[in-house]
Amino acid sequence: MDNAKVLEQLKGEFGGAIVDDVDFRGDLTVVVSLEKLHDIMLYLHDDKALHYDLLSDVVGIDKMPREPRFEVVYVLHSMDDYRRLLVKVMVPIDVEVPTVTDIWNSANWPEREVYDLMGITFSGHPDMRRLLMWDGFDGHPLRKDFPLKGKDFDEKWDPSTIQVL
Amino acid sequence: MAEGKILTINMGPHHPATHGVLRLVLELDGETIVKVTPHIGHLHRGIEKIAENMNYQQAIPLTDRLDYTAATLCNEGYCTAVEKLLGIEVPKRAQYIRVIMCELARIMGHHLWIGSHALDIGAMTVVFYTFRDREMIMNMNEEVTGYRLTPSYLRIGGIAKDITPQFIKDLRAFIKWFPTALEGYNTLLTDNIIWRKRTMGIGKISAKDAINYGLTGPSLRGSGIPYDIRKTMPYGSYDDFDFKVPVGDNGDVYDRYLVRMEEFTQSLNIIEQALENLPEGPVNVDNPLISNPDLGSVQEDISALIRRFKIQCQGPEVPVGEVYHSVEGSKGELGFYLVGDGSENPYRMKVRSPCFILVSALEKMMLGHMLADAISVIGSIDIVLGEIDR
Repeated sequence: MDNAKVLEQLKGEFGGAIVDDVDFRGDLTVVVSLEKLHDIMLYLHDDKALHYDLLSDVVGIDKMPREPRFEVVYVLHSMDDYRRLLVKVMVPIDVEVPTVTDIWNSANWPEREVYDLMGITFSGHPDMRRLLMWDGFDGHPLRKDFPLKGKDFDEKWDPSTIQVL
Repeated sequence: MAEGKILTINMGPHHPATHGVLRLVLELDGETIVKVTPHIGHLHRGIEKIAENMNYQQAIPLTDRLDYTAATLCNEGYCTAVEKLLGIEVPKRAQYIRVIMCELARIMGHHLWIGSHALDIGAMTVVFYTFRDREMIMNMNEEVTGYRLTPSYLRIGGIAKDITPQFIKDLRAFIKWFPTALEGYNTLLTDNIIWRKRTMGIGKISAKDAINYGLTGPSLRGSGIPYDIRKTMPYGSYDDFDFKVPVGDNGDVYDRYLVRMEEFTQSLNIIEQALENLPEGPVNVDNPLISNPDLGSVQEDISALIRRFKIQCQGPEVPVGEVYHSVEGSKGELGFYLVGDGSENPYRMKVRSPCFILVSALEKMMLGHMLADAISVIGSIDIVLGEIDR
């Protein structure tokens, strides 16, 4: 099954929910609407012909001045004939993305990582905690407005600002 | 009420069997594991953030520090991703040399795996033999690149420099010697009754579950799925070589062990073929905007000097676009998602680390087993924390 056929089938099934498609260097990227994301992902997994059964990764991208600000990309592979598909969704700031952990268990940690480093929350995720940074860390390091050097931990601080949880 | 019966223990982050700084919170009912909560991030260095603020060439040494047991494979993953974004093809000789170095790195990675895996379970002898042979590969790395563990050998559009006659001599000696060494490892472990009792039926995962949990590499192949990116989506001349993809049946620790042991032989087979058919020619792509001019012409030609300076300071100019490219690392699918915005820095670099996903599936493999079996499960998925935490 080649990229054109995959796109044709998806457009036939979901029509307007496929906002855009890019075929770059042999890999097909489909941009889908946020409302229909979970339905489309479920279809991609369950459909007999498409059958993308391996979710390799979830990538968060911050395109700062632009609106909507974030992008989330899902990297899918099919173990039938080893196809690759990238599914992209545009996410405005402070908007939650429906989780896909109920479809692929492998989405669990990548989604937590996107939450931790990029600050995008996934609704319905079983365990939405920080993963790489420590609990109580302030900010999301991979956002473009987070300084490269990080926060100055040697800075003088006012003990009265400490909150006891 | 089970209160007081469940014992919570902390394994790591300094436990030698966690292969780095992995911390597992294990909840035990007697000696049976009922819950596993892995905590990672102790080695988080923010490699993705640092790479966003560097040019494409400068990020290569960072990728060595991902999976430092098989560093050249990480170079390969990154460089091939950038080349895909640039839309260039590397000369055949460079591709073959890359294959040789990458397969040597895979053998290095597997050496560390089998040594420490056996050491964790209690077979202490193996590690001395594997490190003896690992040392031979390290010496070859040093001969060609000047570095032993983190060679940073690959460049965008080619390799740092051509291999030397001494390297070829050493490699031939290694190819001749290694089957004997491999037989030694097999004698120590494969039919060893203690080894079999400690690994057979432990950490079982079915093919369906393995795919759903995102396992790749030898851990997925141990469950019977022949997903090897060198075969399924060939990159860098791998389709020129004749090799087999070993798969297991049961998806337990022992099958993952057998798959990796067979991969030693297959890697050696690929190296042998690549060395026999090594083509002549340049080792860097013929594009003045991407590859460095050679040092000889820099001494004589002012324009070559300027060009070298510009490439070192700015790196190649990369078009606008987003690519995902993955290679078969020694632990599984090592992918790089790169976003180019037309400037000399990657706008976003995301590493798809195989070990990261493998650790998230640890609970699935460990539940219901004894505490001592947790050690063999961790050893069997072959994790490197540098790659998990990034």
